[in-house]
Amino acid sequence: MALLEVNDLTTHFHTRDGVVRAVDGVSFSLDRGETLGIVGESGSGKSVTCYSLMRLIPEPPGRIERGTAMFDGQDLLKMGPRELRKIRGNRISIIFQDPMTSLNPYLRISTQLVEALQMHTDIDRKSAVNKAIAALEEVGIPEASKRVHSYPHEFSGGMRQRVMIAMALITEPDLLIADEPTTALDVTVQAQIMDIIKQRQNDLGTAVILVTHDLGVVAGTCDKVLVMYGGREMESGSAEQIFYHPRHPYTRALQKTIPSLQAKGQELFTIPGLPPDVSKPIPGCAFYPRCPYPKTGTPEGERPALAEIEPGHCWSACGFCDSSAPIETVLTKAGDVADDTLPETAGSNA
Amino acid sequence: MTDHSETAVLGDKPATAAAGAPVITEEDLVEGSSLWKDAWSRLKKNKLAVGSLAVFIFICLFCVVGPFLSPYDANAQDLFAGAEGPSADHWFGTDTLGRDLMVRVMEGGRISLLVGLVATVVALAIGVIYGATAGYVGGKVDASMMRFVDLLYALPFTIFVILLMVAFGRSMWLMFVAIGCVEWLSMARIVRSGVISLKKQEFVEAAVSLGYSHRRIIIRHLIPNVLGPVIVISTLTVPAVMLLEAFLSFLGLGVQPPNASWGVLINEGQANMEIYPWLLLFPAGFFAVTLFCLNFIGDGLRDALDPKSAKD
Amino acid sequence: MLKFIALRLVQGALVLLGIYAVTFLLVAATPGSPFSSERAIAPEILAQIEAFYGYDRPIGERFVTSLGNVLQGEFGPSAVYANRTVTQIIGESFPVSLKLGSISLLLALLLGVPAGILAAVKRNTWLDYVPMSVSMAGICLPTFVMGPLLALVFGLILQWLPVAGWYGPEFVILPATTLGLYYAAYFARLTRGGMLEMLNQDFVRTARAKGVPESTIVWKHCLKGGLIPAITFLGPALAGIISGSFVVETIFQIPGLGQWFVRAALNRDDFLVLGLTVLFAAMIVIMNLLVDIVQVALNPRLKYD
Repeated sequence: MALLEVNDLTTHFHTRDGVVRAVDGVSFSLDRGETLGIVGESGSGKSVTCYSLMRLIPEPPGRIERGTAMFDGQDLLKMGPRELRKIRGNRISIIFQDPMTSLNPYLRISTQLVEALQMHTDIDRKSAVNKAIAALEEVGIPEASKRVHSYPHEFSGGMRQRVMIAMALITEPDLLIADEPTTALDVTVQAQIMDIIKQRQNDLGTAVILVTHDLGVVAGTCDKVLVMYGGREMESGSAEQIFYHPRHPYTRALQKTIPSLQAKGQELFTIPGLPPDVSKPIPGCAFYPRCPYPKTGTPEGERPALAEIEPGHCWSACGFCDSSAPIETVLTKAGDVADDTLPETAGSNA
Repeated sequence: MTDHSETAVLGDKPATAAAGAPVITEEDLVEGSSLWKDAWSRLKKNKLAVGSLAVFIFICLFCVVGPFLSPYDANAQDLFAGAEGPSADHWFGTDTLGRDLMVRVMEGGRISLLVGLVATVVALAIGVIYGATAGYVGGKVDASMMRFVDLLYALPFTIFVILLMVAFGRSMWLMFVAIGCVEWLSMARIVRSGVISLKKQEFVEAAVSLGYSHRRIIIRHLIPNVLGPVIVISTLTVPAVMLLEAFLSFLGLGVQPPNASWGVLINEGQANMEIYPWLLLFPAGFFAVTLFCLNFIGDGLRDALDPKSAKD
Repeated sequence: MLKFIALRLVQGALVLLGIYAVTFLLVAATPGSPFSSERAIAPEILAQIEAFYGYDRPIGERFVTSLGNVLQGEFGPSAVYANRTVTQIIGESFPVSLKLGSISLLLALLLGVPAGILAAVKRNTWLDYVPMSVSMAGICLPTFVMGPLLALVFGLILQWLPVAGWYGPEFVILPATTLGLYYAAYFARLTRGGMLEMLNQDFVRTARAKGVPESTIVWKHCLKGGLIPAITFLGPALAGIISGSFVVETIFQIPGLGQWFVRAALNRDDFLVLGLTVLFAAMIVIMNLLVDIVQVALNPRLKYD
């Protein structure tokens, strides 16, 4: 049995300006020790998906409309507050995007680190603090025994994210959700933080859901990938499948945006247009307005059903465009500069 | 009052130091109409604020136009009709000297509202100039100017206003100035934080690089852009000013007879409240309802102009 | 920490000096003299009295002399109430005002802060709307409206409580409520705002994600920061309660400092005005110092400033 089995998860926000369909029927599953990457642009609903699993959506205005999330045989979405508290921070932990605001500035690091331990296990304060020091050492914080009693403002951003990781893993959870754990950090620290997460995952055998907008990060880290757009699933499959055989126009376009995969000197590719406004119902394919492929129909009705191309590899098989050709051909035809037409001087871009 | 908390709570994050004031960018200025239109449509949805505005306008009209329509003169005494309860002739009753209370409430309202307006303008002028200068010049000048404001915040101002009124006679115009001099502090703080957040934006740099003088930049660019928060704080300053005036009048230091403000009427009323409770209830009621309305309008405007803060 | 307190003490002393100087100038600028009354006094006698109190000397010298006296704790005689010194008057009235003021402030805190916390935690429910509407009403009913109304209802109509004088515990209730309610309303709104700001912070989400129960989130994670706005307001609240006491002591005929101050200002009782101003200002300065210290204790980020 899978550790986590999410089915048709749907979270809406009921605001004054209408219903925002942040997550619209997302399904995926995850085994013990596995890593799932959820990829998409800002506003694609990937963070809301994670918060919904942890039931951290502010209600109101948010509401989980339907779906199930079976975690080790229990449905997270139907749990009472008491049972939920036993899971949170104990069996499922989460690391947030911005370490600067996610730690309480009024409490010592030690207090915040041992909180989950003392909440979920019978442990005296002293051994809890010792465990906290060990946890800090494991994420590479120097002089941990001294610094454990500092306040968050005495740490840099990268150090605070390390503290967050130590805090999330101190109870040795079965599942770690990492919500864009490196986005708010300096580029120089990003790789270190990813390494620490990977290393701790190996040590503890934790399953990880990694939320990111960077398909490049996913490639080196994840077993499975879920591509989201406009609150919906566009494509899912193994990292290899998604990476080497992307099927959905959006996945293909997203792949084109990875800087390191683009030819040097070429202007960085970005997907033209803006993410959809999910406060209005989207007919058919959410990506249709921005899709670079030749349009073959007008989007209408329900969104396209998921089709399985090969075992484990699904895509939202849209019938409104002709996406049989590789994306490069479309982009060139659309008037985008191809490699050989570039002027010589463009090397300065890289 | 809220800006105390801002400096304390957000001390760690320089980027949000000015978070209390809504940031209005050059884009908003270009699309100025839509900003104000948006704010107006948000305000219209706030029933409490709209209702308060209606009541407030009614009270203003009542006080300004009322005396012309009333058959009574505010100072005409009728000792035979002294201290009568509300009746068909005198809707609010009469005071101990037989003066019609309704006309006196109207005339008192005129003075109270006038004080509210004029003293707020004085506070506005001082606060905006001081705050904009401090925020714009920045650096050490800003630090010491704001330290001075902090210092003044901690002072027992009413004591000075009382001494000022005693020392320089009890003229109404002096009172306007004295009250204005007390109430400019919050204004200065809000303008400053608005200016600082604006100063970092490109269009000010552009104006500097075009060689515009500092004065011109302040007048043309900065002041129009901090207008929103200033309108809000002004709306909230009016009731504070009226409160201070009523306080002084209550102590006999404010408006002098035969003129009367609501504060004077409340004082007269409380002296006789055992026997003639209406003398207290009518002016006190008008005063409280006006303050109520102004506070709700101010809160509504804040929510409308700064949607981020609406969550509170 | 000690250095911080020492610095603030020096600052406070300077502020007090400034206040004393301004008050002295204001009093000196008031036309007439404390001794010119309706009763005709022979000019020679008036001159003699003025000389006795030092009024014939230049203003600079008078300032230095009076400052010297005040520093020695000697506030001088009352110019209007013969044979009584300012110190005597303060000694008699201060306990009354202190009692009234501290009960009011305590009432304001005990009522306002819990109401604010409750309103923030239960926001957008009737537990939020009701206390907040009441507090808005409280802010719009200043002491000089609230006082007479309370006296009218509880003193004259219901006859539960005495409305004038200062003879026993039951005489404290109405004036202290009048003074305290207004500031309870402020504290409630400030506490609600502060707590809401804390409850909306990201770290609250972190705590929830750790499985921390809501009650612990409020008490352990949010209270420290959420109380800061209310604590900052303690200084202004004390200043407000002092000036409010001018009104309340008049309404309820309480023999406290507030009544003395207004009378002294009107009667040009220079030494009494100076003495009382210094006393009031000193209380406010001390309160602000305490507030600063508490803030540093609550907010770890302020320690190194």
